[in-house]
Amino acid sequence: MTAKSSANAAALPASRLEALKAAAVALTLGFGLVWLAGFAYPESVHDAAHDTRHALSFPCH
Amino acid sequence: MIARILTTGLIAGLVAGLAVAALQHFTTTPLILAAEVYEAAQHAHDGADAGAALSGLSRTATTSAATIAVSIGYALILLAAMLLSGDAIAPRRAALWGACAFAATGLATSLGLAPQLPGMAETELAARQIWWLATALSTGAGLFALLRLDSTAAKIAGVALIVAPHFFAPQPATPESTAPAELAARFAAASLAVQAISWALAGALAGLVWRLQSRQQESS
Repeated sequence: MTAKSSANAAALPASRLEALKAAAVALTLGFGLVWLAGFAYPESVHDAAHDTRHALSFPCH
Repeated sequence: MIARILTTGLIAGLVAGLAVAALQHFTTTPLILAAEVYEAAQHAHDGADAGAALSGLSRTATTSAATIAVSIGYALILLAAMLLSGDAIAPRRAALWGACAFAATGLATSLGLAPQLPGMAETELAARQIWWLATALSTGAGLFALLRLDSTAAKIAGVALIVAPHFFAPQPATPESTAPAELAARFAAASLAVQAISWALAGALAGLVWRLQSRQQESS
């Protein structure tokens, strides 16, 4: 695994690798936020986000 | 780079979210509140307990917070997608990415699951959520293959990815809505418009903030 990732690192220019890392972090956070506001089940989260879920056409109860 | 993308997503999402929250306040929320009056009347008739968990200012505040969270999420997803595909991040291009994202999460999903008012007939939530997510992701990937890849095979795969989810669309519930049809129709249209604006705005602002930050870095 370590050998493979260092081989990948060698194959990619440092700037591209940095961009991929940043994209991965942003994608994870972005999906997390949309999941929390649009899909998460806890009742308190649902109640708080209720009108937003309907307004942005996320499936709601 | 990580700090820059997070700052950009945060600022763009916050501004876009505030604008969309204001828009919701005048477009979708009044329709939701009107639908809840019909829903509550039906519940009262049935002898069941009804009523929103939140009301007034706290409801507006939590709705706005949720909309801002979604907008920051949209901005971060668009920025990540542009970085991954090696695109230059600029306002016009980012708004186009937003428009494609709206086609995936708004237009494609509404074909199987129309935007719903409270009190409308509905089926099991988890199945609808899974179909919604799968359709949005599949349509997004299909659009990317169609618009950005050159081989014929990729374009055929793109069309297949866009069409396939609709063969598995959830069965609609038997209509038994308490909300009048006119209200529901207005809501479906308003909801799609608001969603389109939130994606386009999140994209355009993310592109703008990203560009302002690069200028700042160059001048410093």
